[in-house]
Amino acid sequence: MNEQFEQGVEALRQQIDARISSYFSSCVHCGLCAEACLFYTETQDPRHTPIYKVEPMKKLWRREHTFWGKLGSVFGWVESLTEKDFADWETLVYDSCTLCGRCSMVCPVGNDITYMIRKQREGFSVAGYAPDGMKEATRRALKIGSPMGVTIKTLKAALAHVEKDTGLKIPIDKKGADYMTLFSSMEIVNFPEYIESIARIFDAAGVSWTISSKAFEATNSGIQIGNKEAAAELVNRVVIAAEELAVKYVISPECGHAYTAIRWEGPNLVGRHYPFEVIHILELLEQLKTEGRLQLDYKDSTPMTLHDPCQIVRRGGVVQQPRELLNSVAENFVEMKDHGAMNWCCGGGGGVSANERAEPLRLHVFDRKKKQLRETGVNTIVTACANCRIILEEGIEHNDMDTEVISLTELVADHLTASPEKK
Amino acid sequence: MIAQFIDGPLWIFSLSVFLIGVTWRIVTILMAGNRKDLATPRGSASAGAIRTVFTRSVYERSAATRGRLLLVAGYLFHIGLFVLLFFAQPHIDFIAERITGLSWTAIPHWAFILSAELAFLGLLLLWIHRLLSPVTRMLSDLDDHLGSLLVFLVMLTGCLALAQSFESLRLIHLLLAELLLIYFPFSKLMHTFTFILSRGYTGATMGRKGVNA
Repeated sequence: MNEQFEQGVEALRQQIDARISSYFSSCVHCGLCAEACLFYTETQDPRHTPIYKVEPMKKLWRREHTFWGKLGSVFGWVESLTEKDFADWETLVYDSCTLCGRCSMVCPVGNDITYMIRKQREGFSVAGYAPDGMKEATRRALKIGSPMGVTIKTLKAALAHVEKDTGLKIPIDKKGADYMTLFSSMEIVNFPEYIESIARIFDAAGVSWTISSKAFEATNSGIQIGNKEAAAELVNRVVIAAEELAVKYVISPECGHAYTAIRWEGPNLVGRHYPFEVIHILELLEQLKTEGRLQLDYKDSTPMTLHDPCQIVRRGGVVQQPRELLNSVAENFVEMKDHGAMNWCCGGGGGVSANERAEPLRLHVFDRKKKQLRETGVNTIVTACANCRIILEEGIEHNDMDTEVISLTELVADHLTASPEKK
Repeated sequence: MIAQFIDGPLWIFSLSVFLIGVTWRIVTILMAGNRKDLATPRGSASAGAIRTVFTRSVYERSAATRGRLLLVAGYLFHIGLFVLLFFAQPHIDFIAERITGLSWTAIPHWAFILSAELAFLGLLLLWIHRLLSPVTRMLSDLDDHLGSLLVFLVMLTGCLALAQSFESLRLIHLLLAELLLIYFPFSKLMHTFTFILSRGYTGATMGRKGVNA
């Protein structure tokens, strides 16, 4: 038997805790989770049923944690987990699951199926059964510091443009600042307007902030591929940088899984409490608005709707803040039919966007978001995740739709009193 | 002879297997342990756990539209079964006489018949759905069908024994109920108890994050 495969099985075995055991014990195979998954609703392929995606882990659990499994393994009645299982399930685990968590909200017995799939990825990645795109992104993140290969030089070049456009000095490695800001590579490369926006907002609100030259990347490929060692290393870089700069807060940017990584999984990955707090940019903006430090001068009459990024809202708990912010700048905010904690995923989370093999399926299941958008009758969609944003833009382009995608932080910056947009 | 065995030793044996087996299953789940969550919570884990244990019994609106049949059948079966199991006069008498020594007010005969019919309808709908839906057909295994079959037979013989005019029908009903008790801890029927754990764990995690799950 292949040694790497054996290590993968061992990694999978270590994931079976009380939570996982209770979930497998409770599942009655009702299939309701399928109705909550856009990969099933848009393809009608039963193999895309969320709980079916964890069959390999169930096979291991049944053999090693149940009476019939243990008895059957003695007499050779129960099959062992095989490499073929990993090979057969790889696309289900990585291509047709965005870890969006919608299935976990409808399971009648309360199974957090997303948690199960996330845990199963730990075994798959160790065994070597993960998409090449995600493996490469993780390798670049560990070696270069960014899954897209963004270096501090790239960031400094982007910051130089921001400084030129805003006339503001961007603080780098400022010890004792209150907030240390992180970015996703996608923001640095595709949406530098985000950096400009927070620079203007923080200047207007008098926020003491800085960027670390040692750890500016918020995304965590280790979380997506399911490699806890890689994930811990990436989180640790941020923790060390924040400790060196003695900041009180670390700001998670407009990136869904980055928030899950640094806010919820991070302390468990590095095995200790942080000496600082993690706050999402939307939480901070809403807080600044409540404190009266964010002066917004008018409301936009353009009808707008909100796409809730799964990891920030459903899996992150930042539910009301984006609504408060959007209501403060938009006169005609229209909620989607399923919104907030039950919003439908864009289709590109959980590493799917970094997985080239999954692109045709991702574009196909975008039909779910297209239907949601059409129901609102609105042509402007606001979101707060760079990954969602690019996936939405690609889906809109693919479907030849007349819809604009806007970042919520950028929208707020545009409504600052005396914003350059209005000068 | 057989009647005495079913009414006596087999009843004691099946009840013992049920109680010990259920306890063993729950203890082994808990013994697997969970790592302490070191992330600073936004909300209360215990409040989230308690909330989800109860609120997950209420269907999620967006899933209700697409999985309407499954939800309706699920409610019919579970509510019907619960009512007839714990509020039917023969069951109350049996529990009082054989287990607790305590009895409580039974539902009227017509309500008993109604709840049994609803439970039957729900179970049959769920089973048909299991056999016909491509999703549940793919997911289902022998355990799912065996559990459904045993529950169906226990309910069927229970209805046949309702008149209590034929001792043999009562004994068949009791024998099948005993087989069900023996099978219970080793099957998916355990969800009757483990749903509290699974809902609780998810509710606690989401509660910490400040999300109503």
